[in-house]
Amino acid sequence: MKHIISVLVENEAGVLSRVAGLFSARGFNIESLTVAPVGDGDTSRITLVTTGDNNIIEQINKQLNKLIPVIRVLDLTDGPHVERELMLIKVAAQGDKRAEVLRIADIFRSRVVDATPNAFTIEVTGDSGKLDACLALLEPLGITESVRTGKVAISRGSKGIRKEPKG
Amino acid sequence: MVKLTGAEIVVQTLLELGARTIFGYPGGAVLNIYDEIYKSKELKHILTRHEQGALHAADGYSRVTGEVGVALVTSGPGATNAVTGLATAHMDSIPMVCISGQVPSALIGNDAFQEADTVGITRSCTKHNFLVKDVNDLARTLREAFFIARTGRPGPVLVDIPKDVTINTAEYSNNGGQVDIRSYRPTNKGHSRQIRRVMDEILAAKRPLVYTGGGVILADAAEDLTTLIRTTGMPVTNTLMGLGAYPASDKQFVGMLGMHGTYEANMAVHNCDLLLAIGARFDDRVTGKIAEFAPEATIVHLDVDPTSISKNVVVDVPVVGDVKSVLEALNVMIKESDFKEKQPDLSDWWQEIDVWRKRECLRYPAKEDVVMPQMVVETLFKVTEGDAIVVTDVGQHQMWAAQYYGFDRPRRWLTSGGLGTMGYGLPAALGAKAAKSDQPVVLITGEGSLQMNIQEFATLAQERLAVKVVILNNNFLGMVRQWQEFFYDNRYSEVDMTVTPDFLKLADAYGATGLRATRPEEVEKVLRQAMETEGTVIVDIHTDREANVYPMVPAGAALNEMILL
Repeated sequence: MKHIISVLVENEAGVLSRVAGLFSARGFNIESLTVAPVGDGDTSRITLVTTGDNNIIEQINKQLNKLIPVIRVLDLTDGPHVERELMLIKVAAQGDKRAEVLRIADIFRSRVVDATPNAFTIEVTGDSGKLDACLALLEPLGITESVRTGKVAISRGSKGIRKEPKG
Repeated sequence: MVKLTGAEIVVQTLLELGARTIFGYPGGAVLNIYDEIYKSKELKHILTRHEQGALHAADGYSRVTGEVGVALVTSGPGATNAVTGLATAHMDSIPMVCISGQVPSALIGNDAFQEADTVGITRSCTKHNFLVKDVNDLARTLREAFFIARTGRPGPVLVDIPKDVTINTAEYSNNGGQVDIRSYRPTNKGHSRQIRRVMDEILAAKRPLVYTGGGVILADAAEDLTTLIRTTGMPVTNTLMGLGAYPASDKQFVGMLGMHGTYEANMAVHNCDLLLAIGARFDDRVTGKIAEFAPEATIVHLDVDPTSISKNVVVDVPVVGDVKSVLEALNVMIKESDFKEKQPDLSDWWQEIDVWRKRECLRYPAKEDVVMPQMVVETLFKVTEGDAIVVTDVGQHQMWAAQYYGFDRPRRWLTSGGLGTMGYGLPAALGAKAAKSDQPVVLITGEGSLQMNIQEFATLAQERLAVKVVILNNNFLGMVRQWQEFFYDNRYSEVDMTVTPDFLKLADAYGATGLRATRPEEVEKVLRQAMETEGTVIVDIHTDREANVYPMVPAGAALNEMILL
């Protein structure tokens, strides 16, 4: 089963390779991984999407916690949460197709962030299914390239990821 | 506050943290640190002949003392040579700090002379590692390294220090090694409700078995374990790493378990209704076929490392915490309850175990003209009265040492259990002797393993450290040969070790004493002579070339499918 795991880490050199190295060394899957500093910048938040049975997910959770610079690990899949992904798509569109591209962009509430006489670049945000659907519709119109951030996610409700020490 | 150079801070902080003896090898990137070592009267440095030797020596030092072992190596090849030593300590959870030199900060990433990405290379074979970029962080980082190395599940920590950081100055004051790492707070106390569940499981068990690993040794919890075993009357087995946690001479000890464990220990695991694992990690060499491991048992697991729990075998009652504090709490709980009245009678279970014991699985045939390796270890036990610090390398001799030298006390058995590092023995024995100069240190090795770090005889000579080296010399890489005999139709591929140095001449070359035995009746005499002779002694004992280690659970088989002699 697919799990979205949030990892709050010290924002220091080498943390990402510790996390990525853990996954490759132990043979765990990573479907996507995003990382950026949060708060006052002394911590970073990693969101990673992985798959595995309950035992594997439990190991992933424990192994992540064991890494020294990891402050907190949260499996967002355990509770209600919001997930979002951002995608930029470049569509080579000329003539009649240009209007069609804009119509589709509109349906997905996406924005045109770059326009040239023979191409549009569109920014779409949403859950992964929405991004997949958008891609599928634009595909016949000629996608030159696309790029996705991978999922970021946050739990619903008032509680935040705790920053106090482990243990 | 005084300003010190980085090199001065290294030496001062090591002293602050209690290090008095370190093992290392100098080089360009660590020249400034070595200059401070030259000036220091308090910090003793032992110059090994190879960085791998320095790491294993620090490891051996740690295993016999329980303190953090310290090694110092230079950048590039110094650091890459340290890798096997780090990986060995990592697999066996040995607290160590390795300081490595690094090229100056400005040159990092430039493929400079003697540059290696040490932090990258050692990431997966250390508990944690650091690159110190600012001299102001140096003392704190070293304190954190020691703290991380010795707390929680212990392990090796590497601190990589660029050369310019050793020249730059920063304020330093001794803070007694205090640290505060918000993202690292290992669990120490076990949950009392879980500990009560452990007691309840013991009370419910008619066929309980306690299985303990290196964690009991590392936590210095052997006494607490012994109390638990004596008050509950349960049988106990140790892993290879756990030998000495419970007296081997006691009748409640059923021997080592696993691939070369005793028949009674493995049958007890297979038939028990409660398996109480303490400071052990269900390694594949212990469990055999995982699906058929302890099939009838409720599994209780006490360990400081949550990742060890339910990693290989699903655990019914987990207790996370320092093994010593958990055992103390459990012992108190048992003492203060009506445990004695409630506990079921275990005599039927002991009768079953006694039937397995009668198989005498460690019996071996004596030969008239050929020395049996098992007999050498038994004789060594007799000659040393079972009280030597015994170090091994890896292979058949290691298993015979584990099977036939009964350890009654912890921290007297040093072996590379997890990584299985040939060449571990001689430098580890050196480190052990450096720590315990008043106690006999014996290395049981093979002619293959010994040659992997043989250069350390020079270090022993230079430091006047006396190690008694007993070579079970069968002119084969014996364990590989045994597997080739059993599983590859006797096709002995590249295991012939007929050509070795003449160990008597080698002893002479290194200023040691060389002795040899080729017949059974000579063994006791040469071993006694070795123990009575001053200085390092190499005892070359020619043993039965094709003796095998029995009993054996073939890889992938269940524990009740043992090959017995």
